[in-house]
Amino acid sequence: MKQQILTITENTPVTATVYRMRLEGADLEEQKPGGFVNIRLEGLFLRRPISVYDSAPGSLTILYKVVGKGTEQMAGMKAGETLDVLTGLGNGYDLSKAGDEPLLLGGGVGVPPLYLLAKQLTVAGRKVHAVLGFNTAEEVFGEEAFKALGCEVTVTTADGSCGVKGFVTDALPESYSYFYTCGPEPMLRAVYRAANTSGQFSFEERMGCGFGACMGCSCRTITGYKRICREGPVLEKEEILGWDD
Amino acid sequence: MGRLNITLCGIELDNPVIPASGTFGFGYEFAQWYDINCLGTFSFKGTTKDPRFGNPTPRIAECPAGMINAVGLQNPGVEKVIAEELPKLKEVFRKPVMANVSGFSVEDYAYTCEKLDREEQVGWLEVNISCPNVHGGGMSFGTDPKAAAEVTAAVKKVTTKPVIMKLSPNVTDITAIAKACEDAGADGVSLINTLQGMRIDLKTRKPVIKNVMGGVSGPAVFPVALRMVYQVCRAVKIPVIGMGGVSSAEDVLEMMMAGATAVEVGAANLTDPCACRKIIEDLPAAMDKYRINNLDELKGDR
Repeated sequence: MKQQILTITENTPVTATVYRMRLEGADLEEQKPGGFVNIRLEGLFLRRPISVYDSAPGSLTILYKVVGKGTEQMAGMKAGETLDVLTGLGNGYDLSKAGDEPLLLGGGVGVPPLYLLAKQLTVAGRKVHAVLGFNTAEEVFGEEAFKALGCEVTVTTADGSCGVKGFVTDALPESYSYFYTCGPEPMLRAVYRAANTSGQFSFEERMGCGFGACMGCSCRTITGYKRICREGPVLEKEEILGWDD
Repeated sequence: MGRLNITLCGIELDNPVIPASGTFGFGYEFAQWYDINCLGTFSFKGTTKDPRFGNPTPRIAECPAGMINAVGLQNPGVEKVIAEELPKLKEVFRKPVMANVSGFSVEDYAYTCEKLDREEQVGWLEVNISCPNVHGGGMSFGTDPKAAAEVTAAVKKVTTKPVIMKLSPNVTDITAIAKACEDAGADGVSLINTLQGMRIDLKTRKPVIKNVMGGVSGPAVFPVALRMVYQVCRAVKIPVIGMGGVSSAEDVLEMMMAGATAVEVGAANLTDPCACRKIIEDLPAAMDKYRINNLDELKGDR
Protein backbone atom coordinates (compact mmCIF):
# COMPACT_ATOMS: atom_id res chain seq x y z
CA MET A 1 0.00 0.00 0.00
CA LYS A 2 1.32 3.39 -0.98
CA GLN A 3 -0.01 6.91 -1.31
CA GLN A 4 1.36 8.62 -4.38
CA ILE A 5 0.76 11.40 -6.85
CA LEU A 6 0.41 9.87 -10.31
CA THR A 7 0.36 11.62 -13.66
CA ILE A 8 -2.32 10.87 -16.22
CA THR A 9 -0.72 9.94 -19.54
CA GLU A 10 -3.88 8.81 -21.34
CA ASN A 11 -7.63 9.15 -20.72
CA THR A 12 -9.72 8.03 -23.67
CA PRO A 13 -13.22 6.61 -24.14
CA VAL A 14 -13.43 2.96 -25.20
CA THR A 15 -17.24 2.94 -25.36
CA ALA A 16 -19.87 5.66 -24.82
CA THR A 17 -19.51 5.36 -21.02
CA VAL A 18 -16.27 3.43 -20.34
CA TYR A 19 -12.92 5.23 -20.28
CA ARG A 20 -9.36 3.98 -20.18
CA MET A 21 -6.96 5.97 -18.00
CA ARG A 22 -3.24 5.33 -17.84
CA LEU A 23 -1.33 6.64 -14.83
CA GLU A 24 2.41 6.88 -14.33
CA GLY A 25 4.66 7.44 -11.33
CA ALA A 26 8.36 6.87 -10.75
CA ASP A 27 7.79 4.90 -7.52
CA LEU A 28 4.80 2.96 -8.78
CA GLU A 29 5.16 -0.78 -8.31
CA GLU A 30 3.49 -3.39 -10.48
CA GLN A 31 -0.05 -3.96 -9.16
CA LYS A 32 -1.66 -7.32 -8.41
CA PRO A 33 -4.30 -8.76 -10.74
CA GLY A 34 -7.66 -8.29 -9.01
CA GLY A 35 -6.28 -5.48 -6.82
CA PHE A 36 -7.56 -1.92 -6.83
CA VAL A 37 -6.54 1.68 -6.34
CA ASN A 38 -8.40 4.43 -4.45
CA ILE A 39 -8.49 7.83 -6.09
CA ARG A 40 -8.98 11.22 -4.44
CA LEU A 41 -10.94 13.73 -6.51
CA GLU A 42 -11.35 17.48 -6.15
CA GLY A 43 -14.40 18.49 -4.12
CA LEU A 44 -15.40 14.93 -3.26
CA PHE A 45 -14.82 13.59 0.23
CA LEU A 46 -14.50 9.85 -0.23
CA ARG A 47 -11.97 8.35 -2.59
CA ARG A 48 -13.20 6.28 -5.52
CA PRO A 49 -12.05 2.64 -5.57
CA ILE A 50 -11.29 1.38 -9.11
CA SER A 51 -9.92 -2.03 -10.11
CA VAL A 52 -6.59 -2.35 -11.88
CA TYR A 53 -6.88 -3.26 -15.58
CA ASP A 54 -3.19 -3.48 -16.44
CA SER A 55 0.05 -2.66 -14.70
CA ALA A 56 3.81 -2.68 -15.06
CA PRO A 57 6.49 -1.08 -12.88
CA GLY A 58 5.97 2.68 -13.21
CA SER A 59 2.49 2.56 -14.71
CA LEU A 60 -1.02 1.31 -14.26
CA THR A 61 -4.16 1.40 -16.37
CA ILE A 62 -7.76 1.48 -15.18
CA LEU A 63 -10.96 1.07 -17.19
CA TYR A 64 -13.83 2.86 -15.48
CA LYS A 65 -17.48 3.44 -16.28
CA VAL A 66 -18.97 6.89 -15.79
CA VAL A 67 -21.68 6.30 -13.19
CA GLY A 68 -21.63 9.35 -10.91
CA LYS A 69 -19.91 12.56 -9.85
CA GLY A 70 -16.51 10.97 -9.25
CA THR A 71 -16.20 9.13 -12.53
CA GLU A 72 -17.71 12.11 -14.40
CA GLN A 73 -14.90 14.24 -13.03
CA MET A 74 -12.33 11.62 -14.03
CA ALA A 75 -13.70 11.48 -17.57
CA GLY A 76 -13.05 15.21 -17.92
CA MET A 77 -9.37 14.97 -16.94
CA LYS A 78 -6.55 15.36 -19.43
CA ALA A 79 -3.09 13.88 -19.91
CA GLY A 80 -0.60 15.77 -17.75
CA GLU A 81 -2.98 16.26 -14.83
CA THR A 82 -2.18 14.47 -11.57
CA LEU A 83 -4.17 12.37 -9.11
CA ASP A 84 -3.62 11.47 -5.43
CA VAL A 85 -3.90 7.66 -5.47
CA LEU A 86 -3.66 4.91 -2.86
CA THR A 87 -2.17 1.93 -4.69
CA GLY A 88 -1.63 -1.74 -3.93
CA LEU A 89 -5.04 -2.28 -2.27
CA GLY A 90 -6.98 -5.54 -2.00
CA ASN A 91 -5.89 -9.18 -1.91
CA GLY A 92 -6.15 -9.86 -5.66
CA TYR A 93 -6.67 -13.17 -7.44
CA ASP A 94 -4.68 -16.23 -6.40
CA LEU A 95 -3.11 -17.54 -9.62
CA SER A 96 -1.74 -20.70 -8.05
CA LYS A 97 -5.10 -22.44 -8.27
CA ALA A 98 -5.73 -21.79 -11.97
CA GLY A 99 -4.84 -25.21 -13.37
CA ASP A 100 -4.07 -25.67 -17.07
CA GLU A 101 -7.26 -24.29 -18.61
CA PRO A 102 -8.70 -21.51 -16.44
CA LEU A 103 -11.96 -19.82 -17.34
CA LEU A 104 -12.40 -16.06 -16.89
CA LEU A 105 -15.96 -14.69 -16.66
CA GLY A 106 -16.46 -10.92 -16.74
CA GLY A 107 -19.64 -8.88 -16.83
CA GLY A 108 -19.63 -5.22 -17.92
CA VAL A 109 -17.15 -3.25 -15.80
CA GLY A 110 -16.34 -6.58 -14.16
CA VAL A 111 -14.22 -7.30 -17.25
CA PRO A 112 -11.26 -4.95 -16.48
CA PRO A 113 -9.90 -6.70 -13.34
CA LEU A 114 -9.61 -9.92 -15.39
CA TYR A 115 -7.22 -8.46 -17.98
CA LEU A 116 -4.02 -8.40 -15.90
CA LEU A 117 -4.97 -11.84 -14.61
CA ALA A 118 -5.35 -13.13 -18.20
CA LYS A 119 -2.01 -11.57 -19.08
CA GLN A 120 -0.16 -13.28 -16.25
CA LEU A 121 -1.91 -16.61 -16.82
CA THR A 122 -1.13 -16.65 -20.54
CA VAL A 123 2.49 -15.67 -19.87
CA ALA A 124 2.61 -18.63 -17.48
CA GLY A 125 1.55 -20.87 -20.37
CA ARG A 126 -2.06 -21.49 -19.33
CA LYS A 127 -4.76 -21.93 -21.94
CA VAL A 128 -7.16 -19.15 -20.96
CA HIS A 129 -10.80 -18.94 -22.10
CA ALA A 130 -12.46 -15.59 -21.41
CA VAL A 131 -16.22 -15.08 -21.60
CA LEU A 132 -17.09 -11.38 -21.58
CA GLY A 133 -20.73 -10.44 -21.03
CA PHE A 134 -22.49 -7.16 -21.84
CA ASN A 135 -26.04 -5.87 -22.24
CA THR A 136 -25.75 -4.82 -25.86
CA ALA A 137 -23.25 -4.48 -28.74
CA GLU A 138 -22.46 -0.78 -28.07
CA GLU A 139 -21.18 -1.67 -24.59
CA VAL A 140 -18.73 -4.37 -25.72
CA PHE A 141 -15.04 -3.76 -25.02
CA GLY A 142 -11.94 -5.82 -24.33
CA GLU A 143 -12.48 -8.56 -26.91
CA GLU A 144 -9.43 -7.67 -29.01
CA ALA A 145 -7.23 -7.03 -25.99
CA PHE A 146 -7.91 -10.47 -24.51
CA LYS A 147 -7.45 -12.08 -27.95
CA ALA A 148 -4.09 -10.33 -28.33
CA LEU A 149 -2.94 -12.06 -25.15
CA GLY A 150 -3.73 -15.40 -26.75
CA CYS A 151 -6.99 -16.05 -24.91
CA GLU A 152 -9.92 -17.78 -26.52
CA VAL A 153 -12.67 -15.16 -26.24
CA THR A 154 -16.46 -15.51 -26.27
CA VAL A 155 -18.63 -12.39 -26.12
CA THR A 156 -22.21 -12.55 -24.90
CA THR A 157 -24.86 -9.84 -25.01
CA ALA A 158 -28.19 -9.97 -23.21
CA ASP A 159 -30.02 -8.69 -26.32
CA GLY A 160 -28.08 -10.83 -28.81
CA SER A 161 -26.75 -7.82 -30.73
CA CYS A 162 -23.19 -9.20 -30.53
CA GLY A 163 -21.82 -12.71 -29.96
CA VAL A 164 -23.84 -15.29 -28.06
CA LYS A 165 -27.30 -14.12 -26.98
CA GLY A 166 -27.69 -14.34 -23.21
CA PHE A 167 -25.47 -14.14 -20.15
CA VAL A 168 -21.94 -15.39 -19.51
CA THR A 169 -23.46 -18.52 -17.99
CA ASP A 170 -25.09 -19.28 -21.37
CA ALA A 171 -21.62 -19.57 -22.95
CA LEU A 172 -19.70 -21.72 -20.48
CA PRO A 173 -17.24 -24.09 -22.20
CA GLU A 174 -17.66 -27.81 -21.59
CA SER A 175 -14.50 -28.16 -19.56
CA TYR A 176 -12.17 -25.85 -17.66
CA SER A 177 -9.82 -26.34 -14.73
CA TYR A 178 -10.88 -23.42 -12.52
CA PHE A 179 -12.67 -20.08 -12.87
CA TYR A 180 -12.18 -16.42 -11.98
CA THR A 181 -15.08 -13.99 -12.19
CA CYS A 182 -16.07 -10.39 -11.65
CA GLY A 183 -19.34 -8.64 -12.44
CA PRO A 184 -22.69 -7.54 -11.00
CA GLU A 185 -23.93 -9.66 -8.10
CA PRO A 186 -26.79 -11.37 -10.01
CA MET A 187 -24.18 -12.56 -12.52
CA LEU A 188 -21.86 -13.77 -9.75
CA ARG A 189 -24.72 -15.72 -8.20
CA ALA A 190 -25.54 -17.28 -11.58
CA VAL A 191 -21.87 -18.27 -12.03
CA TYR A 192 -21.86 -19.73 -8.51
CA ARG A 193 -24.78 -21.98 -9.46
CA ALA A 194 -23.62 -22.89 -12.96
CA ALA A 195 -19.89 -23.51 -12.52
CA ASN A 196 -18.75 -27.11 -12.04
CA THR A 197 -15.31 -26.31 -10.62
CA SER A 198 -14.02 -24.21 -7.77
CA GLY A 199 -13.18 -20.58 -8.45
CA GLN A 200 -12.74 -17.03 -7.20
CA PHE A 201 -15.21 -14.12 -7.16
CA SER A 202 -14.33 -10.44 -7.07
CA PHE A 203 -16.83 -8.27 -5.18
CA GLU A 204 -17.80 -4.64 -5.20
CA GLU A 205 -18.96 -2.66 -2.15
CA ARG A 206 -19.26 0.97 -1.08
CA MET A 207 -16.08 1.74 0.85
CA GLY A 208 -15.06 4.39 3.32
CA CYS A 209 -11.29 4.07 3.33
CA GLY A 210 -10.32 1.14 1.07
CA PHE A 211 -7.52 -0.03 3.36
CA GLY A 212 -9.25 -1.82 6.22
CA ALA A 213 -9.79 0.92 8.78
CA CYS A 214 -13.48 1.79 8.80
CA MET A 215 -15.33 -1.54 8.56
CA GLY A 216 -17.58 0.06 5.95
CA CYS A 217 -17.42 -2.86 3.49
CA SER A 218 -17.61 -5.91 5.77
CA CYS A 219 -19.36 -9.10 4.72
CA ARG A 220 -20.07 -12.45 6.33
CA THR A 221 -18.30 -15.51 4.92
CA ILE A 222 -18.03 -19.14 5.92
CA THR A 223 -14.61 -18.37 7.38
CA GLY A 224 -15.80 -15.31 9.34
CA TYR A 225 -16.26 -11.60 8.76
CA LYS A 226 -14.18 -10.17 5.95
CA ARG A 227 -13.54 -6.66 4.69
CA ILE A 228 -14.05 -6.46 0.93
CA CYS A 229 -11.23 -3.90 0.75
CA ARG A 230 -8.69 -5.92 2.69
CA GLU A 231 -9.42 -9.67 2.86
CA GLY A 232 -11.21 -9.13 -0.48
CA PRO A 233 -12.24 -8.03 -3.01
CA VAL A 234 -11.56 -11.63 -4.14
CA LEU A 235 -13.25 -14.43 -2.21
CA GLU A 236 -13.08 -18.14 -2.94
CA LYS A 237 -16.24 -20.00 -3.89
CA GLU A 238 -16.02 -22.12 -0.74
CA GLU A 239 -16.03 -19.02 1.47
CA ILE A 240 -19.26 -17.55 0.15
CA LEU A 241 -22.13 -17.70 2.58
CA GLY A 242 -25.80 -18.03 1.75
CA TRP A 243 -25.76 -18.50 -2.01
CA ASP A 244 -26.81 -22.17 -1.90
CA ASP A 245 -30.53 -21.61 -2.42
CA MET B 1 7.40 20.27 28.17
CA GLY B 2 7.55 20.79 24.42
CA ARG B 3 5.44 23.25 22.47
CA LEU B 4 2.87 20.60 21.52
CA ASN B 5 2.59 18.81 24.86
CA ILE B 6 -0.69 18.76 26.74
CA THR B 7 -1.96 16.88 29.79
CA LEU B 8 -5.15 14.87 29.51
CA CYS B 9 -6.64 13.73 32.83
CA GLY B 10 -3.21 13.52 34.43
CA ILE B 11 -1.42 11.79 31.55
CA GLU B 12 1.02 13.81 29.49
CA LEU B 13 0.69 13.62 25.70
CA ASP B 14 3.34 14.59 23.14
CA ASN B 15 0.65 16.46 21.24
CA PRO B 16 -3.14 16.85 21.35
CA VAL B 17 -3.86 14.85 18.16
CA ILE B 18 -5.89 11.69 18.73
CA PRO B 19 -7.38 9.58 15.93
CA ALA B 20 -11.03 8.98 16.79
CA SER B 21 -12.59 5.61 17.47
CA GLY B 22 -13.99 3.80 14.46
CA THR B 23 -11.62 5.48 12.03
CA PHE B 24 -8.38 3.91 13.23
CA GLY B 25 -9.13 0.26 13.99
CA PHE B 26 -6.64 -1.03 16.57
CA GLY B 27 -3.84 1.00 15.04
CA TYR B 28 -1.96 -1.62 13.07
CA GLU B 29 -3.69 -0.86 9.76
CA PHE B 30 -2.22 2.64 10.02
CA ALA B 31 1.19 1.48 11.20
CA GLN B 32 1.63 0.30 7.60
CA TRP B 33 1.32 3.91 6.44
CA TYR B 34 3.42 5.70 9.12
CA ASP B 35 4.93 5.29 12.59
CA ILE B 36 1.87 5.91 14.71
CA ASN B 37 4.01 6.62 17.80
CA CYS B 38 3.99 10.25 16.63
CA LEU B 39 0.36 10.49 17.81
CA GLY B 40 -0.70 11.87 21.18
CA THR B 41 -2.64 8.64 21.57
CA PHE B 42 -5.52 7.06 19.67
CA SER B 43 -8.96 5.83 20.57
CA PHE B 44 -9.38 2.25 19.40
CA LYS B 45 -12.38 0.66 17.71
CA GLY B 46 -15.54 0.72 19.82
CA THR B 47 -15.63 -2.46 21.86
CA THR B 48 -18.70 -4.20 23.25
CA LYS B 49 -19.22 -7.10 25.67
CA ASP B 50 -20.17 -9.52 22.88
CA PRO B 51 -18.88 -9.76 19.29
CA ARG B 52 -20.89 -7.79 16.72
CA PHE B 53 -21.04 -7.98 12.93
CA GLY B 54 -22.72 -4.60 12.73
CA ASN B 55 -25.22 -3.39 10.16
CA PRO B 56 -25.89 -4.70 6.64
CA THR B 57 -24.08 -2.98 3.75
CA PRO B 58 -24.03 -0.42 2.19
CA ARG B 59 -22.82 1.22 5.39
CA ILE B 60 -21.16 4.23 3.77
CA ALA B 61 -22.41 7.21 1.74
CA GLU B 62 -20.75 10.34 0.39
CA CYS B 63 -22.12 13.77 1.29
CA PRO B 64 -20.91 17.32 0.63
CA ALA B 65 -17.67 17.82 2.57
CA GLY B 66 -18.18 14.62 4.49
CA MET B 67 -19.61 11.17 4.72
CA ILE B 68 -22.28 9.11 6.43
CA ASN B 69 -21.58 5.81 8.12
CA ALA B 70 -23.76 3.17 9.69
CA VAL B 71 -21.19 0.54 10.56
CA GLY B 72 -23.02 -0.44 13.73
CA LEU B 73 -20.15 -1.14 16.11
CA GLN B 74 -18.62 -4.12 14.33
CA ASN B 75 -16.05 -5.55 16.73
CA PRO B 76 -14.86 -8.95 17.95
CA GLY B 77 -16.07 -8.44 21.54
CA VAL B 78 -14.02 -7.51 24.60
CA GLU B 79 -12.51 -10.98 25.22
CA LYS B 80 -11.04 -11.17 21.72
CA VAL B 81 -10.02 -7.51 21.77
CA ILE B 82 -7.93 -8.25 24.86
CA ALA B 83 -6.62 -11.60 23.64
CA GLU B 84 -5.94 -10.76 19.99
CA GLU B 85 -6.14 -7.05 19.17
CA LEU B 86 -4.28 -5.49 22.10
CA PRO B 87 -1.15 -7.67 21.65
CA LYS B 88 -1.03 -6.61 17.98
CA LEU B 89 -1.62 -2.97 18.97
CA LYS B 90 1.27 -3.18 21.45
CA GLU B 91 3.64 -4.18 18.65
CA VAL B 92 3.06 -0.91 16.82
CA PHE B 93 2.16 1.59 19.57
CA ARG B 94 4.06 2.04 22.83
CA LYS B 95 2.09 4.89 24.47
CA PRO B 96 -1.03 4.67 26.64
CA VAL B 97 -4.04 4.06 24.40
CA MET B 98 -7.64 5.17 24.79
CA ALA B 99 -10.09 2.26 25.06
CA ASN B 100 -13.45 3.05 23.46
CA VAL B 101 -16.40 1.16 24.89
CA SER B 102 -20.03 0.79 23.87
CA GLY B 103 -22.90 -1.09 25.41
CA PHE B 104 -26.58 -1.91 25.41
CA SER B 105 -27.19 -1.77 29.14
CA VAL B 106 -25.55 -0.13 32.15
CA GLU B 107 -24.24 -3.59 33.13
CA ASP B 108 -22.69 -4.06 29.65
CA TYR B 109 -20.76 -0.81 29.93
CA ALA B 110 -19.51 -1.63 33.42
CA TYR B 111 -18.50 -5.19 32.40
CA THR B 112 -16.49 -4.11 29.35
CA CYS B 113 -14.89 -1.11 31.05
CA GLU B 114 -13.85 -3.16 34.07
CA LYS B 115 -12.08 -5.66 31.79
CA LEU B 116 -10.29 -3.03 29.73
CA ASP B 117 -9.37 -0.97 32.79
CA ARG B 118 -7.11 -3.84 33.89
CA GLU B 119 -5.12 -3.74 30.65
CA GLU B 120 -1.76 -2.14 31.22
CA GLN B 121 -1.64 -0.20 27.97
CA VAL B 122 -5.06 1.38 28.46
CA GLY B 123 -4.58 4.96 29.65
CA TRP B 124 -8.14 6.22 29.46
CA LEU B 125 -11.59 4.77 28.95
CA GLU B 126 -13.73 6.59 26.44
CA VAL B 127 -17.32 5.55 26.99
CA ASN B 128 -19.47 5.93 23.90
CA ILE B 129 -23.00 6.84 24.96
CA SER B 130 -23.67 8.33 21.57
CA CYS B 131 -23.60 5.73 18.77
CA PRO B 132 -26.43 6.71 16.41
CA ASN B 133 -26.29 3.47 14.44
CA VAL B 134 -27.40 0.86 16.92
CA HIS B 135 -31.05 0.41 17.73
CA GLY B 136 -31.95 0.40 21.39
CA GLY B 137 -28.41 1.04 22.55
CA GLY B 138 -25.66 3.57 22.60
CA MET B 139 -27.28 6.86 21.84
CA SER B 140 -30.27 6.35 24.11
CA PHE B 141 -27.88 6.66 27.08
CA GLY B 142 -26.41 9.84 25.67
CA THR B 143 -29.67 11.67 25.07
CA ASP B 144 -30.97 11.55 28.64
CA PRO B 145 -28.97 13.21 31.46
CA LYS B 146 -30.19 10.64 34.00
CA ALA B 147 -29.16 7.65 31.89
CA ALA B 148 -25.80 9.29 31.04
CA ALA B 149 -25.13 9.81 34.74
CA GLU B 150 -26.11 6.22 35.51
CA VAL B 151 -23.61 4.82 32.97
CA THR B 152 -20.91 7.19 34.21
CA ALA B 153 -21.40 6.22 37.86
CA ALA B 154 -21.51 2.49 37.06
CA VAL B 155 -18.27 2.68 35.05
CA LYS B 156 -16.50 4.85 37.62
CA LYS B 157 -17.40 2.35 40.34
CA VAL B 158 -15.50 -0.52 38.68
CA THR B 159 -12.54 1.30 37.10
CA THR B 160 -9.35 3.05 38.17
CA LYS B 161 -8.38 4.95 35.03
CA PRO B 162 -9.75 8.28 33.76
CA VAL B 163 -13.24 7.91 32.31
CA ILE B 164 -14.14 10.13 29.38
CA MET B 165 -17.77 10.13 28.31
CA LYS B 166 -18.29 10.50 24.54
CA LEU B 167 -21.35 12.63 23.90
CA SER B 168 -23.98 12.74 21.19
CA PRO B 169 -24.78 15.95 19.32
CA ASN B 170 -28.28 14.63 18.58
CA VAL B 171 -29.77 16.36 21.63
CA THR B 172 -31.46 19.66 22.42
CA ASP B 173 -28.91 20.73 25.05
CA ILE B 174 -25.57 18.95 25.10
CA THR B 175 -24.41 20.91 28.16
CA ALA B 176 -27.07 19.23 30.31
CA ILE B 177 -25.67 15.79 29.39
CA ALA B 178 -22.09 16.95 29.95
CA LYS B 179 -22.95 18.34 33.38
CA ALA B 180 -24.77 15.14 34.34
CA CYS B 181 -21.63 13.14 33.44
CA GLU B 182 -19.41 15.51 35.39
CA ASP B 183 -21.65 15.32 38.44
CA ALA B 184 -21.63 11.51 38.24
CA GLY B 185 -17.83 11.49 38.40
CA ALA B 186 -16.63 11.59 34.79
CA ASP B 187 -12.99 12.66 34.43
CA GLY B 188 -13.61 14.20 31.01
CA VAL B 189 -16.01 14.38 28.08
CA SER B 190 -15.39 14.03 24.36
CA LEU B 191 -17.64 15.43 21.64
CA ILE B 192 -19.15 15.29 19.15
CA ASN B 193 -20.08 11.85 17.87
CA THR B 194 -21.68 11.88 14.42
CA LEU B 195 -24.85 13.81 13.56
CA GLN B 196 -27.75 11.71 12.32
CA GLY B 197 -28.34 12.05 8.61
CA MET B 198 -29.29 10.22 5.42
CA ARG B 199 -29.02 10.21 1.63
CA ILE B 200 -31.42 8.91 -1.02
CA ASP B 201 -30.21 7.43 -4.31
CA LEU B 202 -32.05 9.33 -7.05
CA LYS B 203 -31.91 6.34 -9.41
CA THR B 204 -33.35 3.74 -7.03
CA ARG B 205 -35.34 6.25 -4.90
CA LYS B 206 -34.16 4.34 -1.85
CA PRO B 207 -31.82 5.33 0.99
CA VAL B 208 -28.17 4.81 0.03
CA ILE B 209 -27.47 3.32 3.45
CA LYS B 210 -29.15 -0.01 4.11
CA ASN B 211 -29.82 1.01 7.71
CA VAL B 212 -31.60 4.09 6.21
CA MET B 213 -29.95 6.59 8.57
CA GLY B 214 -26.35 6.97 9.63
CA GLY B 215 -23.96 9.39 11.26
CA VAL B 216 -22.58 12.39 9.37
CA SER B 217 -18.93 13.29 9.87
CA GLY B 218 -16.22 15.20 8.04
CA PRO B 219 -15.53 18.92 7.52
CA ALA B 220 -19.27 19.57 7.01
CA VAL B 221 -19.90 19.12 10.75
CA PHE B 222 -16.90 21.12 12.02
CA PRO B 223 -18.74 24.38 12.84
CA VAL B 224 -21.50 22.50 14.65
CA ALA B 225 -18.93 20.51 16.61
CA LEU B 226 -16.93 23.62 17.47
CA ARG B 227 -20.05 25.37 18.76
CA MET B 228 -20.91 22.42 21.02
CA VAL B 229 -17.33 22.12 22.29
CA TYR B 230 -17.40 25.84 23.11
CA GLN B 231 -20.68 25.49 25.01
CA VAL B 232 -19.61 22.41 26.95
CA CYS B 233 -16.26 23.97 27.87
CA ARG B 234 -18.19 26.76 29.54
CA ALA B 235 -20.56 24.40 31.32
CA VAL B 236 -18.14 21.93 32.93
CA LYS B 237 -14.74 22.06 34.65
CA ILE B 238 -13.44 18.64 33.53
CA PRO B 239 -11.27 18.35 30.38
CA VAL B 240 -13.08 18.34 27.04
CA ILE B 241 -11.83 16.53 23.94
CA GLY B 242 -13.08 18.32 20.84
CA MET B 243 -13.86 16.41 17.64
CA GLY B 244 -16.03 16.63 14.55
CA GLY B 245 -14.63 17.33 11.10
CA VAL B 246 -11.12 18.24 12.25
CA SER B 247 -8.86 17.91 9.20
CA SER B 248 -5.98 20.36 9.62
CA ALA B 249 -3.62 21.92 12.14
CA GLU B 250 -5.73 25.09 11.98
CA ASP B 251 -8.83 23.09 12.93
CA VAL B 252 -6.94 21.69 15.94
CA LEU B 253 -6.04 25.23 17.06
CA GLU B 254 -9.62 26.39 16.60
CA MET B 255 -10.93 23.51 18.73
CA MET B 256 -8.37 24.33 21.43
CA MET B 257 -9.28 28.02 21.33
CA ALA B 258 -12.87 26.92 21.97
CA GLY B 259 -11.55 25.29 25.11
CA ALA B 260 -10.69 21.73 24.13
CA THR B 261 -7.79 20.12 26.00
CA ALA B 262 -7.15 17.62 23.19
CA VAL B 263 -8.58 17.00 19.74
CA GLU B 264 -9.77 13.84 18.02
CA VAL B 265 -9.58 13.40 14.27
CA GLY B 266 -12.04 11.02 12.62
CA ALA B 267 -13.16 10.94 9.02
CA ALA B 268 -9.96 12.59 7.77
CA ASN B 269 -8.08 9.34 8.52
CA LEU B 270 -10.24 7.50 6.01
CA THR B 271 -9.58 9.78 3.06
CA ASP B 272 -5.90 10.31 3.84
CA PRO B 273 -4.30 7.52 5.86
CA CYS B 274 -1.49 9.89 6.89
CA ALA B 275 -3.83 12.76 7.90
CA CYS B 276 -2.91 12.77 11.60
CA ARG B 277 0.83 12.61 10.95
CA LYS B 278 0.49 15.58 8.59
CA ILE B 279 -1.59 17.54 11.12
CA ILE B 280 1.06 17.00 13.80
CA GLU B 281 3.81 18.02 11.37
CA ASP B 282 1.87 21.15 10.38
CA LEU B 283 1.11 22.28 13.94
CA PRO B 284 4.37 24.16 14.72
CA ALA B 285 4.13 26.32 11.57
CA ALA B 286 0.45 27.03 12.21
CA MET B 287 1.28 27.99 15.80
CA ASP B 288 4.03 30.33 14.58
CA LYS B 289 1.60 31.95 12.19
CA TYR B 290 -0.90 32.68 14.97
CA ARG B 291 1.76 33.49 17.56
CA ILE B 292 1.12 30.57 19.86
CA ASN B 293 4.24 29.62 21.78
CA ASN B 294 2.91 26.42 23.20
CA LEU B 295 -0.48 24.72 23.10
CA ASP B 296 -0.74 24.69 26.88
CA GLU B 297 -1.20 28.47 26.88
CA LEU B 298 -4.49 28.10 24.97
CA LYS B 299 -6.03 26.78 28.18
CA GLY B 300 -6.41 30.42 29.16
CA ASP B 301 -9.11 30.77 26.53
CA ARG B 302 -11.46 28.58 28.52
